[in-house]
Amino acid sequence: MLDDTLVATLTAQFFNGLTIGGIYALIALGYTMVYGIIELINFAHGELFMVGAFVSFSVLTGFGFAGPITDPVTLTWVLAVAFVLTMLLLGVLGISIERFAYRPLRNAPRLAPLITAIGVSFILQNLISAIYGGSSKPTPQVFPFAWRFEILGATIPWITVFIFVVTVILTVSLSQFIARSRMGRAMRSTAQDREAAQLMGVNINVTIALTFFIGSALAGAAGIVYGLNYGTINFTMGFSAGLIAFTAAVLGGIGNITGAVLGGFIIGFIQVIAAQLGYSRWTDAVVFSVLIIVLVFRPSGLLGQQVGERA
Amino acid sequence: MTARAALPSSPGLRQRLDALGTRHRSLTIILGMALVTALLPLIATLPPFSGFNKQIVWIDNFASAGVFILLALGLNVVVGMAGLLDLGYAAFFAIGAYAYAYGSSTFTDLSVPFWIMLPIGAVVAAIFGILLGAPTLRLRGDYLAIVTLGFGEIVPVVFRNASQWTNGTQGIAGIRRPAIPGVDCGSGGPLCFGAGSPLPYYIVMAILITTVLIVLYRLQDSRLGRSWQAIREDELAAASNGINTVTTKLLAFALGASVAGFAGVFSASKFINVTPEQFGFNVSFTVLAMVVLGGIGNMWGVAIGAFIIYMINSVLLKQLNAFFDTFRVPILSDIDFVQYQYLLYGLLLVAMMLTRPEGLFPNRRRAAELHVTDEPPGADVEGPDPSGPLGRGGT
Repeated sequence: MLDDTLVATLTAQFFNGLTIGGIYALIALGYTMVYGIIELINFAHGELFMVGAFVSFSVLTGFGFAGPITDPVTLTWVLAVAFVLTMLLLGVLGISIERFAYRPLRNAPRLAPLITAIGVSFILQNLISAIYGGSSKPTPQVFPFAWRFEILGATIPWITVFIFVVTVILTVSLSQFIARSRMGRAMRSTAQDREAAQLMGVNINVTIALTFFIGSALAGAAGIVYGLNYGTINFTMGFSAGLIAFTAAVLGGIGNITGAVLGGFIIGFIQVIAAQLGYSRWTDAVVFSVLIIVLVFRPSGLLGQQVGERA
Repeated sequence: MTARAALPSSPGLRQRLDALGTRHRSLTIILGMALVTALLPLIATLPPFSGFNKQIVWIDNFASAGVFILLALGLNVVVGMAGLLDLGYAAFFAIGAYAYAYGSSTFTDLSVPFWIMLPIGAVVAAIFGILLGAPTLRLRGDYLAIVTLGFGEIVPVVFRNASQWTNGTQGIAGIRRPAIPGVDCGSGGPLCFGAGSPLPYYIVMAILITTVLIVLYRLQDSRLGRSWQAIREDELAAASNGINTVTTKLLAFALGASVAGFAGVFSASKFINVTPEQFGFNVSFTVLAMVVLGGIGNMWGVAIGAFIIYMINSVLLKQLNAFFDTFRVPILSDIDFVQYQYLLYGLLLVAMMLTRPEGLFPNRRRAAELHVTDEPPGADVEGPDPSGPLGRGGT
């Protein structure tokens, strides 16, 4: 027997899961793209999400917006500017990180860039903490939280839907870009065989830089929506979010765009279910246990391809 | 060793020392460690160092640095020798520490002597290493890395949340310090372990490191060590040459974990409390950075790397204020460096890695592998596949 309050709770939690999952999916996309193209676990990627949240904070407060904007036209403009500016800045940051911390090590032993990634992660965290201070910051929630709709007895804020739509738009345009554009084809060929791609006239450096640009911009977008939805950000939130998002990417099959999004949403829902059952302090343990179990039975993730041994 | 036999017949001093070191390896390690152990406290009394801390504080720092040297040596077995990337190594450190906390504290009202808990902690950690390894070791490369990362997160979460058994976030306090049987420590003394008397800790740590070094060096040249190397280079070829890859990898995991267990027991007995926060990702990543920066696969390099990084991060960066104040450097003495400690640490990691991608003291065999196939400049698209630490197969 399903009573009404239970249905309402479940509905509310479903939308919760969509929001969290969407944010993880956006971060996981960057992880999976970078891994796909240079086989680097970019531990600094989670920090880019955090930096994105702070940049959007500065952009919004810089233009003087502190509270909800109820005029739809202004809101659209403000959000568009915030998204474009933050994503551009983050993309440039991603490219610079690649240029200075990873590219010089492209021919080095594989663990070397992993360590610089950890170093970059320390740097970004502490730069942000030095600039904005160590305590949590309230972010301007320009998207009015009062805008809600009723469904199955639950009251859902529209921002949940907004975040989901943003995630879908970004993911679909990304996969179309990779599947159809010339640069997308360059990215796929570089991921498959860097040397051969270069021999066919692909500019490897530009292609890898572009991958970092897109991945970082997506992390920036995740940062904005996080700030809009939760209303408070701090400089430590990037690392753990990054780890969970990386888990999502692995769960879905690393290197696989659809897999990253699927993994993001699955983990979002796992967290929400764990919280609903009263185990919110255990969510991380639950997430990682699910990951371990899935990998034991499907060693390449849910949508990953089983690749044979390379010579 | 065959390569060395083929050297010219009149070897230089260095070669001769090397040959001697190889023939009497254990003795060399004991002598070397004894020398270092004796010299470090003396060096600490010399001018640039004596300015920052008293000798006793330095000795205390050295003993704490030893914990990280042990951790780096243990992780080096897993990552450096067997080529398995373990990103959750701190979990085994935590298990060792909590094992001692259960065995010898007011929390459980037990008081098993430290000397007995040392092997117990190592065995418990090794068992957990096998429990984690058994189902997951058939995963390859980075998939294994993420599973170990997950394990590294699960363990502190369990210690944090299973409060009725672990006292939650506050952790376990009231851990007993080690004691030498027969020595009465009612009124303190040079042989007594204490917060203000770090020398016994320092010496015990030196003995622990020496033992671990001897065992690991012997293992490295044993059949098992060569199997690890074979797996690291090419798992498929190793398997088809009759190496049982599962057992071999499990042994690497268990052995690495047991060294972390030692480190955990020691650390718990020194800081006399354990909390889940002491064993987070930072520890795993710092130890990995120590291994890679020291020169992955090279035990002395790894040990020195661990020592240097620990000293930089935990001592030097904390003392920068005092340093610049002492020398009255303009501008610099106005900056509060404690605030930027981790920023500087991150910059240092990146800078050191960029200047020495193979580590400070690269393993000779590895360096040879890396350079033997060097392509002429200009064709540096990908260079030699640096199958390096992990191998690229299978992802």
